[in-house]
Amino acid sequence: MLTKRIIACLDVDRGRVVKGVQFEKLRDAGDPAQLAKAHSESGADEIVLLDISAAHQHRATLLDTVRRTASQLFIPFTVGGGIRTLEDAAAVFSAGADKISINSAALADPALITRIAERFGSQAVVVAIDAKRRENGSHWEAFTHGGRSGSGRDAVAWAGEAELRGAGEILLTSMDCDGTATGFDCNLTRAVADSVRIPVIASGGAGGAQHFVEVFRAGHADAALAASIFHYGFSRLRDLKQQLGSAGIAVRWPC
Amino acid sequence: MIAIVDYGAGNLVSVKKALDWLGQDCLITSDPRRIAEAVRIVLPGVGHFASTAALARYGLQAAIADAIGRGVSFLGICVGMQWMFERSQESPETPGLGLLPGECERFPASVKSPHVGWNQLEAAPSSRLFRGLPELSYVYFTHSYRVPITETTTAGCEYGGRFSAAVERDHVFGVQFHPEKSAEVGLALLRNFCTL
Repeated sequence: MLTKRIIACLDVDRGRVVKGVQFEKLRDAGDPAQLAKAHSESGADEIVLLDISAAHQHRATLLDTVRRTASQLFIPFTVGGGIRTLEDAAAVFSAGADKISINSAALADPALITRIAERFGSQAVVVAIDAKRRENGSHWEAFTHGGRSGSGRDAVAWAGEAELRGAGEILLTSMDCDGTATGFDCNLTRAVADSVRIPVIASGGAGGAQHFVEVFRAGHADAALAASIFHYGFSRLRDLKQQLGSAGIAVRWPC
Repeated sequence: MIAIVDYGAGNLVSVKKALDWLGQDCLITSDPRRIAEAVRIVLPGVGHFASTAALARYGLQAAIADAIGRGVSFLGICVGMQWMFERSQESPETPGLGLLPGECERFPASVKSPHVGWNQLEAAPSSRLFRGLPELSYVYFTHSYRVPITETTTAGCEYGGRFSAAVERDHVFGVQFHPEKSAEVGLALLRNFCTL
Protein backbone atom coordinates (compact mmCIF):
# COMPACT_ATOMS: atom_id res chain seq x y z
CA MET A 1 0.00 0.00 0.00
CA LEU A 2 1.24 3.48 -0.87
CA THR A 3 2.14 5.21 2.39
CA LYS A 4 1.52 8.78 3.49
CA ARG A 5 4.77 10.72 3.43
CA ILE A 6 6.14 12.79 6.31
CA ILE A 7 8.41 15.50 4.98
CA ALA A 8 10.88 17.45 7.10
CA CYS A 9 11.48 21.01 5.93
CA LEU A 10 14.65 22.98 6.58
CA ASP A 11 14.47 26.77 6.20
CA VAL A 12 17.96 27.87 5.28
CA ASP A 13 19.50 31.35 5.36
CA ARG A 14 23.07 31.81 4.15
CA GLY A 15 23.92 28.18 4.67
CA ARG A 16 22.39 27.71 8.14
CA VAL A 17 19.05 26.25 9.17
CA VAL A 18 16.96 28.90 10.89
CA LYS A 19 13.81 28.71 12.87
CA GLY A 20 11.44 31.63 13.11
CA VAL A 21 10.27 32.38 16.62
CA GLN A 22 7.36 34.74 16.99
CA PHE A 23 8.41 38.35 17.56
CA GLU A 24 12.06 37.31 17.66
CA LYS A 25 14.86 37.14 15.22
CA LEU A 26 15.51 33.95 13.30
CA ARG A 27 17.30 31.56 15.60
CA ASP A 28 20.12 29.37 14.37
CA ALA A 29 19.10 25.71 14.40
CA GLY A 30 22.15 24.10 12.88
CA ASP A 31 23.89 22.75 9.83
CA PRO A 32 21.52 21.68 7.00
CA ALA A 33 23.59 18.65 5.96
CA GLN A 34 23.73 17.29 9.52
CA LEU A 35 20.06 18.00 10.23
CA ALA A 36 18.88 16.44 6.96
CA LYS A 37 20.84 13.28 7.72
CA ALA A 38 19.51 13.15 11.28
CA HIS A 39 15.92 13.57 10.03
CA SER A 40 16.45 10.82 7.45
CA GLU A 41 17.77 8.49 10.14
CA SER A 42 14.80 9.15 12.40
CA GLY A 43 12.34 8.30 9.64
CA ALA A 44 11.67 11.34 7.42
CA ASP A 45 10.40 10.15 4.05
CA GLU A 46 11.71 13.18 2.25
CA ILE A 47 13.64 16.41 2.88
CA VAL A 48 12.69 19.86 1.59
CA LEU A 49 15.26 22.64 1.84
CA LEU A 50 13.85 26.14 1.39
CA ASP A 51 16.33 28.94 0.86
CA ILE A 52 14.96 32.05 2.51
CA SER A 53 17.99 34.29 1.83
CA ALA A 54 16.33 36.96 -0.27
CA ALA A 55 19.46 38.27 -1.98
CA HIS A 56 20.74 36.56 -5.10
CA GLN A 57 24.40 36.99 -4.09
CA HIS A 58 23.97 34.07 -1.65
CA ARG A 59 23.32 31.66 -4.55
CA ALA A 60 26.83 30.15 -4.43
CA THR A 61 26.40 29.45 -0.72
CA LEU A 62 23.07 27.75 -1.41
CA LEU A 63 24.52 25.50 -4.11
CA ASP A 64 27.34 24.51 -1.76
CA THR A 65 24.77 23.74 0.94
CA VAL A 66 22.72 21.64 -1.51
CA ARG A 67 25.84 19.73 -2.56
CA ARG A 68 26.90 19.02 1.02
CA THR A 69 23.37 18.00 2.05
CA ALA A 70 22.78 15.78 -0.99
CA SER A 71 26.09 13.96 -0.65
CA GLN A 72 24.93 12.04 2.43
CA LEU A 73 21.20 11.85 1.79
CA PHE A 74 19.58 8.82 0.16
CA ILE A 75 15.92 9.84 0.29
CA PRO A 76 14.17 12.29 -2.05
CA PHE A 77 15.51 15.83 -1.70
CA THR A 78 13.65 18.95 -2.86
CA VAL A 79 15.16 22.43 -3.02
CA GLY A 80 13.16 25.65 -3.29
CA GLY A 81 13.57 29.39 -2.92
CA GLY A 82 14.83 31.86 -5.46
CA ILE A 83 14.57 29.58 -8.52
CA ARG A 84 13.51 31.94 -11.32
CA THR A 85 14.82 30.36 -14.51
CA LEU A 86 15.57 27.00 -16.12
CA GLU A 87 19.27 27.74 -15.52
CA ASP A 88 18.67 28.29 -11.78
CA ALA A 89 16.87 24.93 -11.68
CA ALA A 90 19.60 23.15 -13.65
CA ALA A 91 22.25 24.40 -11.20
CA VAL A 92 20.26 23.07 -8.23
CA PHE A 93 19.75 19.68 -9.93
CA SER A 94 23.43 19.31 -10.76
CA ALA A 95 24.25 20.11 -7.12
CA GLY A 96 22.22 16.99 -6.20
CA ALA A 97 18.56 17.96 -5.75
CA ASP A 98 15.97 15.46 -7.02
CA LYS A 99 13.17 18.00 -7.29
CA ILE A 100 12.91 21.76 -7.34
CA SER A 101 10.10 23.81 -5.87
CA ILE A 102 8.94 27.02 -7.54
CA ASN A 103 6.36 29.53 -6.36
CA SER A 104 6.51 33.24 -7.30
CA ALA A 105 8.41 32.57 -10.53
CA ALA A 106 5.76 30.07 -11.66
CA LEU A 107 2.94 32.55 -11.01
CA ALA A 108 4.82 35.26 -12.91
CA ASP A 109 5.67 32.93 -15.80
CA PRO A 110 3.60 29.71 -15.75
CA ALA A 111 5.47 28.40 -18.83
CA LEU A 112 8.53 27.99 -16.56
CA ILE A 113 6.81 24.88 -15.12
CA THR A 114 6.66 23.32 -18.58
CA ARG A 115 10.23 24.27 -19.47
CA ILE A 116 11.65 22.61 -16.36
CA ALA A 117 9.34 19.58 -16.68
CA GLU A 118 10.33 19.00 -20.31
CA ARG A 119 14.00 19.00 -19.43
CA PHE A 120 13.99 17.18 -16.06
CA GLY A 121 10.63 15.37 -16.01
CA SER A 122 7.40 16.27 -14.18
CA GLN A 123 8.46 14.17 -11.18
CA ALA A 124 11.16 16.79 -10.55
CA VAL A 125 8.86 19.83 -10.52
CA VAL A 126 7.01 20.81 -7.35
CA VAL A 127 4.80 23.88 -7.55
CA ALA A 128 4.52 25.54 -4.14
CA ILE A 129 1.35 27.50 -3.43
CA ASP A 130 1.01 29.83 -0.43
CA ALA A 131 -2.74 30.16 0.04
CA LYS A 132 -4.72 32.54 2.23
CA ARG A 133 -8.45 32.53 2.79
CA ARG A 134 -10.16 35.53 1.18
CA GLU A 135 -11.70 38.07 3.54
CA ASN A 136 -15.22 37.17 2.49
CA GLY A 137 -14.44 33.65 3.73
CA SER A 138 -14.94 31.87 0.44
CA HIS A 139 -12.06 30.40 -1.53
CA TRP A 140 -8.33 30.98 -1.13
CA GLU A 141 -5.94 33.29 -2.93
CA ALA A 142 -2.41 32.30 -4.01
CA PHE A 143 0.26 34.63 -2.63
CA THR A 144 3.79 35.32 -3.86
CA HIS A 145 7.10 36.58 -2.45
CA GLY A 146 6.95 34.74 0.84
CA GLY A 147 3.32 35.68 1.40
CA ARG A 148 3.86 39.41 0.94
CA SER A 149 1.84 39.95 -2.27
CA GLY A 150 -1.49 38.62 -3.41
CA SER A 151 -1.52 37.26 -6.95
CA GLY A 152 -5.26 37.61 -7.46
CA ARG A 153 -5.32 33.93 -8.52
CA ASP A 154 -7.63 31.40 -6.93
CA ALA A 155 -5.38 28.80 -5.26
CA VAL A 156 -7.47 25.79 -6.36
CA ALA A 157 -7.66 26.97 -9.97
CA TRP A 158 -3.92 27.72 -9.97
CA ALA A 159 -3.14 24.19 -8.71
CA GLY A 160 -5.15 22.80 -11.64
CA GLU A 161 -3.28 24.97 -14.13
CA ALA A 162 0.08 23.97 -12.60
CA GLU A 163 -0.83 20.30 -13.08
CA LEU A 164 -1.79 20.88 -16.73
CA ARG A 165 1.48 22.71 -17.33
CA GLY A 166 3.51 19.77 -16.05
CA ALA A 167 3.88 20.04 -12.27
CA GLY A 168 4.49 16.67 -10.62
CA GLU A 169 3.36 17.64 -7.11
CA ILE A 170 1.74 20.56 -5.28
CA LEU A 171 3.24 21.84 -2.02
CA LEU A 172 0.33 23.67 -0.44
CA THR A 173 0.95 25.98 2.51
CA SER A 174 -1.90 27.53 4.45
CA MET A 175 -0.85 31.04 5.40
CA ASP A 176 -3.75 31.18 7.85
CA CYS A 177 -2.48 28.16 9.79
CA ASP A 178 1.28 28.52 9.31
CA GLY A 179 3.11 28.99 12.59
CA THR A 180 0.01 28.44 14.74
CA ALA A 181 0.66 24.77 15.62
CA THR A 182 -3.15 24.38 15.75
CA GLY A 183 -3.42 21.99 12.83
CA PHE A 184 -3.34 21.97 9.04
CA ASP A 185 -6.07 23.66 6.99
CA CYS A 186 -8.01 20.51 6.06
CA ASN A 187 -10.64 22.37 4.01
CA LEU A 188 -8.04 24.04 1.81
CA THR A 189 -6.05 20.81 1.45
CA ARG A 190 -9.11 18.78 0.50
CA ALA A 191 -10.29 21.41 -2.01
CA VAL A 192 -6.94 21.20 -3.83
CA ALA A 193 -6.32 17.45 -3.39
CA ASP A 194 -9.75 16.58 -4.80
CA SER A 195 -9.32 18.84 -7.81
CA VAL A 196 -5.96 17.52 -9.12
CA ARG A 197 -4.60 14.04 -9.92
CA ILE A 198 -1.06 14.76 -8.75
CA PRO A 199 0.05 14.38 -5.11
CA VAL A 200 -0.62 17.23 -2.71
CA ILE A 201 1.72 17.96 0.21
CA ALA A 202 -0.01 19.81 3.05
CA SER A 203 1.99 22.39 4.98
CA GLY A 204 1.43 24.95 7.72
CA GLY A 205 0.01 24.42 11.17
CA ALA A 206 1.47 21.09 12.30
CA GLY A 207 1.58 20.86 16.09
CA GLY A 208 1.01 17.23 16.96
CA ALA A 209 0.32 13.75 15.63
CA GLN A 210 -3.45 14.28 15.59
CA HIS A 211 -3.03 17.12 13.08
CA PHE A 212 -1.32 14.74 10.67
CA VAL A 213 -4.08 12.16 11.11
CA GLU A 214 -6.68 14.85 10.31
CA VAL A 215 -4.96 16.17 7.21
CA PHE A 216 -4.55 12.65 5.80
CA ARG A 217 -8.13 11.59 6.66
CA ALA A 218 -10.20 14.76 6.22
CA GLY A 219 -7.80 16.74 4.06
CA HIS A 220 -7.04 13.91 1.59
CA ALA A 221 -3.35 14.92 1.63
CA ASP A 222 -0.80 12.55 0.11
CA ALA A 223 2.01 13.93 2.25
CA ALA A 224 2.45 16.42 5.07
CA LEU A 225 5.34 18.75 5.73
CA ALA A 226 6.53 20.39 8.91
CA ALA A 227 9.59 22.36 9.92
CA SER A 228 9.83 23.62 13.46
CA ILE A 229 8.20 20.68 15.25
CA PHE A 230 11.05 18.45 14.09
CA HIS A 231 13.84 20.75 15.32
CA TYR A 232 15.48 20.55 18.73
CA GLY A 233 13.98 17.09 19.25
CA PHE A 234 10.76 18.91 20.16
CA SER A 235 8.64 16.22 18.56
CA ARG A 236 10.65 13.42 17.12
CA LEU A 237 9.75 12.00 13.76
CA ARG A 238 10.10 8.48 15.02
CA ASP A 239 7.44 9.04 17.69
CA LEU A 240 5.16 10.73 15.17
CA LYS A 241 5.34 7.80 12.77
CA GLN A 242 4.64 5.34 15.54
CA GLN A 243 1.57 7.32 16.55
CA LEU A 244 0.34 7.54 12.97
CA GLY A 245 0.81 3.81 12.55
CA SER A 246 -1.22 3.17 15.71
CA ALA A 247 -3.95 5.47 14.37
CA GLY A 248 -4.24 3.29 11.26
CA ILE A 249 -2.48 5.63 8.82
CA ALA A 250 -0.21 3.74 6.40
CA VAL A 251 3.31 5.06 6.96
CA ARG A 252 6.78 3.75 6.20
CA TRP A 253 7.50 2.12 9.50
CA PRO A 254 9.83 0.61 10.51
CA CYS A 255 12.05 2.29 7.96
CA MET B 1 34.25 0.16 -13.55
CA ILE B 2 30.48 0.54 -13.47
CA ALA B 3 29.13 2.54 -16.42
CA ILE B 4 26.15 4.76 -15.63
CA VAL B 5 24.64 5.36 -19.05
CA ASP B 6 23.90 9.00 -19.86
CA TYR B 7 21.41 9.45 -22.70
CA GLY B 8 20.31 12.96 -21.79
CA ALA B 9 17.32 11.85 -19.71
CA GLY B 10 17.09 13.60 -16.38
CA ASN B 11 19.49 13.63 -13.55
CA LEU B 12 22.12 10.93 -13.00
CA VAL B 13 23.89 12.57 -10.08
CA SER B 14 21.94 10.70 -7.42
CA VAL B 15 22.77 7.26 -8.85
CA LYS B 16 26.47 8.12 -9.00
CA LYS B 17 26.34 9.51 -5.47
CA ALA B 18 24.89 6.26 -4.12
CA LEU B 19 27.50 4.13 -5.92
CA ASP B 20 30.28 6.47 -4.71
CA TRP B 21 28.95 6.07 -1.17
CA LEU B 22 29.26 2.29 -1.59
CA GLY B 23 32.90 2.76 -2.64
CA GLN B 24 32.28 1.63 -6.22
CA ASP B 25 34.39 2.78 -9.15
CA CYS B 26 31.77 4.31 -11.45
CA LEU B 27 31.50 6.72 -14.34
CA ILE B 28 28.65 8.65 -15.97
CA THR B 29 29.18 8.17 -19.70
CA SER B 30 27.55 8.47 -23.11
CA ASP B 31 30.53 6.87 -24.87
CA PRO B 32 29.84 3.37 -26.30
CA ARG B 33 33.56 2.53 -25.90
CA ARG B 34 33.43 3.09 -22.14
CA ILE B 35 30.29 0.94 -21.95
CA ALA B 36 32.20 -1.79 -23.78
CA GLU B 37 34.87 -1.70 -21.02
CA ALA B 38 32.44 -1.72 -18.09
CA VAL B 39 32.17 -4.65 -15.70
CA ARG B 40 28.61 -3.61 -14.81
CA ILE B 41 26.11 -1.29 -16.46
CA VAL B 42 23.42 0.82 -14.81
CA LEU B 43 20.76 2.46 -16.97
CA PRO B 44 18.90 5.08 -14.95
CA GLY B 45 15.93 6.90 -16.30
CA VAL B 46 13.23 9.33 -15.36
CA GLY B 47 10.69 11.01 -17.54
CA HIS B 48 9.20 9.87 -20.79
CA PHE B 49 9.70 6.48 -22.52
CA ALA B 50 10.34 8.35 -25.79
CA SER B 51 13.63 9.65 -24.31
CA THR B 52 15.05 6.10 -24.65
CA ALA B 53 15.07 6.59 -28.45
CA ALA B 54 18.37 8.43 -27.88
CA LEU B 55 19.98 5.11 -26.88
CA ALA B 56 19.68 3.72 -30.41
CA ARG B 57 20.67 7.04 -31.98
CA TYR B 58 24.00 7.31 -30.14
CA GLY B 59 25.07 3.68 -30.52
CA LEU B 60 24.45 3.06 -26.83
CA GLN B 61 21.79 0.40 -27.41
CA ALA B 62 24.21 -1.70 -29.49
CA ALA B 63 26.94 -1.32 -26.84
CA ILE B 64 24.54 -2.35 -24.06
CA ALA B 65 23.13 -5.32 -26.00
CA ASP B 66 26.66 -6.47 -26.86
CA ALA B 67 27.79 -6.23 -23.21
CA ILE B 68 24.73 -8.14 -21.96
CA GLY B 69 25.48 -10.78 -24.59
CA ARG B 70 28.99 -11.14 -23.09
CA GLY B 71 27.52 -11.69 -19.62
CA VAL B 72 28.02 -8.20 -18.17
CA SER B 73 25.56 -7.50 -15.32
CA PHE B 74 22.94 -4.90 -16.14
CA LEU B 75 20.54 -2.91 -13.95
CA GLY B 76 17.75 -0.78 -15.42
CA ILE B 77 16.13 1.76 -13.08
CA CYS B 78 12.60 3.16 -13.60
CA VAL B 79 12.30 3.99 -17.34
CA GLY B 80 15.59 2.09 -17.68
CA MET B 81 13.77 -1.05 -16.52
CA GLN B 82 10.76 -0.37 -18.76
CA TRP B 83 13.11 -0.10 -21.76
CA MET B 84 14.23 -3.72 -21.20
CA PHE B 85 10.73 -4.80 -22.33
CA GLU B 86 9.27 -4.76 -25.83
CA ARG B 87 7.34 -1.49 -25.78
CA SER B 88 5.35 0.99 -23.69
CA GLN B 89 1.88 2.44 -24.12
CA GLU B 90 3.49 5.78 -23.25
CA SER B 91 5.26 5.93 -26.62
CA PRO B 92 4.16 3.04 -28.88
CA GLU B 93 6.39 4.24 -31.74
CA THR B 94 9.57 3.87 -29.61
CA PRO B 95 10.68 0.23 -29.44
CA GLY B 96 12.22 -1.09 -26.22
CA LEU B 97 15.26 -3.38 -26.13
CA GLY B 98 12.91 -6.38 -26.10
CA LEU B 99 15.21 -8.39 -23.84
CA LEU B 100 12.21 -9.37 -21.71
CA PRO B 101 8.73 -10.10 -23.05
CA GLY B 102 5.94 -7.69 -22.18
CA GLU B 103 4.56 -4.18 -22.56
CA CYS B 104 4.44 -1.26 -20.10
CA GLU B 105 0.94 -0.06 -19.39
CA ARG B 106 -0.81 2.94 -17.84
CA PHE B 107 -2.22 2.87 -14.28
CA PRO B 108 -6.00 2.41 -14.12
CA ALA B 109 -8.10 5.57 -13.74
CA SER B 110 -9.15 4.42 -10.24
CA VAL B 111 -5.85 5.64 -8.72
CA LYS B 112 -3.95 8.93 -8.88
CA SER B 113 -1.14 8.90 -11.40
CA PRO B 114 1.82 9.26 -11.18
CA HIS B 115 2.41 6.75 -8.39
CA VAL B 116 4.64 8.82 -6.10
CA GLY B 117 5.97 7.87 -2.70
CA TRP B 118 7.06 4.96 -0.54
CA ASN B 119 5.27 1.68 -1.18
CA GLN B 120 5.81 -1.81 0.16
CA LEU B 121 7.31 -4.63 -1.88
CA GLU B 122 6.81 -8.34 -1.74
CA ALA B 123 10.10 -9.81 -2.85
CA ALA B 124 10.51 -13.47 -3.79
CA PRO B 125 12.90 -15.27 -1.42
CA SER B 126 14.83 -16.49 -4.48
CA SER B 127 15.63 -12.93 -5.63
CA ARG B 128 19.37 -12.25 -5.78
CA LEU B 129 18.88 -8.49 -5.81
CA PHE B 130 16.96 -8.62 -2.50
CA ARG B 131 19.29 -11.08 -0.81
CA GLY B 132 19.49 -10.33 2.91
CA LEU B 133 16.68 -7.77 2.75
CA PRO B 134 13.29 -8.10 4.48
CA GLU B 135 10.61 -9.64 2.24
CA LEU B 136 8.41 -6.60 2.89
CA SER B 137 10.53 -3.50 2.35
CA TYR B 138 9.49 0.09 1.62
CA VAL B 139 11.01 1.77 -1.43
CA TYR B 140 10.49 5.07 -3.25
CA PHE B 141 8.58 5.14 -6.55
CA THR B 142 7.77 7.90 -9.00
CA HIS B 143 6.26 6.74 -12.34
CA SER B 144 3.15 6.90 -14.53
CA TYR B 145 3.55 3.59 -16.43
CA ARG B 146 4.27 0.14 -15.12
CA VAL B 147 5.32 -3.36 -16.12
CA PRO B 148 2.66 -5.99 -15.37
CA ILE B 149 3.52 -9.11 -13.39
CA THR B 150 5.50 -11.38 -15.74
CA GLU B 151 7.47 -14.61 -15.38
CA THR B 152 10.61 -12.55 -14.66
CA THR B 153 9.01 -10.61 -11.76
CA THR B 154 10.91 -11.05 -8.49
CA ALA B 155 9.17 -8.31 -6.48
CA GLY B 156 5.59 -7.15 -6.79
CA CYS B 157 3.90 -4.00 -5.54
CA GLU B 158 0.24 -3.02 -5.12
CA TYR B 159 -1.14 0.24 -6.55
CA GLY B 160 -4.32 0.00 -8.60
CA GLY B 161 -3.54 -3.71 -8.96
CA ARG B 162 -0.24 -5.54 -8.66
CA PHE B 163 2.67 -4.72 -10.94
CA SER B 164 6.36 -5.58 -11.30
CA ALA B 165 8.56 -3.64 -8.89
CA ALA B 166 11.61 -5.73 -9.81
CA VAL B 167 12.52 -8.24 -12.52
CA GLU B 168 15.50 -10.56 -12.87
CA ARG B 169 16.74 -12.97 -15.52
CA ASP B 170 20.26 -14.36 -15.41
CA HIS B 171 22.56 -11.32 -15.05
CA VAL B 172 19.90 -8.81 -16.15
CA PHE B 173 17.96 -6.85 -13.48
CA GLY B 174 15.38 -4.10 -13.46
CA VAL B 175 13.74 -2.07 -10.69
CA GLN B 176 10.78 0.26 -11.14
CA PHE B 177 11.56 2.15 -7.92
CA HIS B 178 14.60 4.31 -7.17
CA PRO B 179 17.12 2.39 -5.04
CA GLU B 180 19.32 5.51 -4.89
CA LYS B 181 16.42 7.28 -3.10
CA SER B 182 15.22 4.37 -0.95
CA ALA B 183 17.41 4.86 2.11
CA GLU B 184 19.16 1.80 3.63
CA VAL B 185 17.07 -0.71 1.67
CA GLY B 186 18.03 0.86 -1.64
CA LEU B 187 21.73 1.05 -0.76
CA ALA B 188 21.71 -2.61 0.29
CA LEU B 189 20.10 -3.57 -3.02
CA LEU B 190 22.72 -1.61 -4.99
CA ARG B 191 25.44 -3.28 -2.90
CA ASN B 192 23.96 -6.66 -3.85
CA PHE B 193 24.00 -5.70 -7.54
CA CYS B 194 27.67 -4.65 -7.25
CA THR B 195 28.68 -8.04 -5.83
CA LEU B 196 26.69 -10.27 -8.22
